[in-house]
Amino acid sequence: MPSLFILVPLLLIVILNLPMKRLRGNIALFTALVLCIVQSLLSLIYLLFKSVHFDPVVPFFTFALSIDRLTLILLCTIGIVSFASLLVAHSTIVNPRQKFIFINLLLIALIGMNTIVLVTDLFSLYVFIEITAVASFVLIAIDKDLHAIEGTFKYLMLSSVATVFMLSSIAFFILVAGGTSFSDVHNSFSGTSDNPFTKIAAGLFLCGLLIKSGLVPFHGWLPDAYSAAPGPVSVLLAGIVTKITGIYTLLRLSTSVFVLNESMQNMLMFIGALSIVLAALAAVTQSDFKRMLAYSSISQVGYIALALGCATPLALAGAVFHFFNHAIAKSLLFVNAASLEKRFATTDMNKLRSFGAKPLVTSVTSLIGFLSAAGMPPLAGFWSKLIIVIALFSAGKTIYASVALLATILTLTYFLSLQTKVFFCKAQTVQPTVSSLPAIAVAEIILAAIAVLIGVCFPFVAYIWFLPLKEILH
Amino acid sequence: MIMNLTLLVCLLLVAIWTVMTTRLIHAVIGLAITSVTLAIIMNHLNSPLAAVFELSVCAGLIPVIFITTVSFTQRISKKQLRVREKERFIKFWYLPVIIVVAGLLLALFTHAPQITVPPAGAEENVRNVLWNLRHIDLLGQVIVLLAGAFGVVVFFKESGK
Repeated sequence: MPSLFILVPLLLIVILNLPMKRLRGNIALFTALVLCIVQSLLSLIYLLFKSVHFDPVVPFFTFALSIDRLTLILLCTIGIVSFASLLVAHSTIVNPRQKFIFINLLLIALIGMNTIVLVTDLFSLYVFIEITAVASFVLIAIDKDLHAIEGTFKYLMLSSVATVFMLSSIAFFILVAGGTSFSDVHNSFSGTSDNPFTKIAAGLFLCGLLIKSGLVPFHGWLPDAYSAAPGPVSVLLAGIVTKITGIYTLLRLSTSVFVLNESMQNMLMFIGALSIVLAALAAVTQSDFKRMLAYSSISQVGYIALALGCATPLALAGAVFHFFNHAIAKSLLFVNAASLEKRFATTDMNKLRSFGAKPLVTSVTSLIGFLSAAGMPPLAGFWSKLIIVIALFSAGKTIYASVALLATILTLTYFLSLQTKVFFCKAQTVQPTVSSLPAIAVAEIILAAIAVLIGVCFPFVAYIWFLPLKEILH
Repeated sequence: MIMNLTLLVCLLLVAIWTVMTTRLIHAVIGLAITSVTLAIIMNHLNSPLAAVFELSVCAGLIPVIFITTVSFTQRISKKQLRVREKERFIKFWYLPVIIVVAGLLLALFTHAPQITVPPAGAEENVRNVLWNLRHIDLLGQVIVLLAGAFGVVVFFKESGK
């Protein structure tokens, strides 16, 4: 059954590329949308009704995959964000050929991400991280715009460095553990605790993942890639791709595969805190909507890294909850950015200001997105940040907890300045003719509704979905 | 031991030449020779499967793609070439020195910890490795090729004009 999450999208790509022109129009978009909905709903149903029992459907495809609550939450998130990205693509990509290629590449990225969350082998994990990265490189530069190509180039170069780190780590693990499966690697930590090779190998892999996550000081590629990519691609990249390839892998490996010592945990916390503060300060100075969101993304991922470094069960549950909330809020904000970019052909906030009133749905949903990302009650982002701060305080990490709390003020500062500049302003110039973008509005409403619902139904969501995770992760 | 050391020194020399040369075509040839040397070392270290892949992909396929790309570039004059060679040497002379010194230090001063090298099992032939042990990676390789194909379409195929 888990292999269906890989095989069905692959089969869809094969069918869509059969030599039949009829398949390349709206049918391709429609089937991809249905696939994303089915993936989200299926994972949600299994998450709600605990009797998760998966049997291999086709005996040949019995990959070494495992499925748990964390996997199901992530599969659901991947489905939601890909769905939103497809809706944005429907409204923003005019050229049908380009739209078709976008759908195919999104499906490839979807296969990559699904497999990353399902595999139980370090080398397979690396292979599918690369698949997702290759699909992302092409997606960023799909317009062949000069800035986008520059963004892709930076991403490609830093990804290559990450690749070298990860491959060297895998080589060390083959030497030390005799294999690359998660259980072999985990056993190598318990068997020979003083073996320097295991520590070096774990350190190298984590360095690779920090680059992929775009945490400070490895963040050089991220703002360029996010801001130069076309609207639907930045939704996909910021919403889920970098989170799965970087921060989820970091989460999975640091909790259930590697055994991190105290100094490694401290370093992770330090990098997390540094990312929160520096990226928030950088975000305040930005004048481009998408660049500000990109820096905000680094800052929010810092919270997850901080919680991972803390490594108490509550902190880990908070990290997963924040991962989900951040994916939803950031996708929503990038959908809003895509909507404005399509209507006004710019993401410069000073220029956007001169256009005056913005569409109602975009204004309201962006407010929800900002408040959720900044951590205002009763929205989803507030609860996850609260759990992380409580976990840090109860673990005795008072300084880090204070940094996390104070950084919220910075977050609120740049988000409010953005909101007043872009949305709460009077028209100074003639407005361009605004065409209605119903698909984008649907994506905005769905994502905003999730952010509100998760926040309002917090007790149910926390106790049924996220807090039980701490038992799985330990 | 002597054989391994000789091969290692050869590998290092060819790799340095590959990096330091200013002619693209020489760098490609250097890369191919580096890969061949590495393949011989891998075969010597009881990893024939890795050696075959190294030989076919890194020494065969990749140089062909690079040479195709290089054939689209323009040559620079001999004078410029000499200037660039000199500049590059001044800029990067310390890199090979660092590699050699680090390698010697590692070899002389570190005590290799106990590591378990998996024995070259008789059953682990290519078919078993690819189709039974690592078939998800094989599927991954197919998907990477697919992504690459879409990349080629995006970057190099003009839309019907």
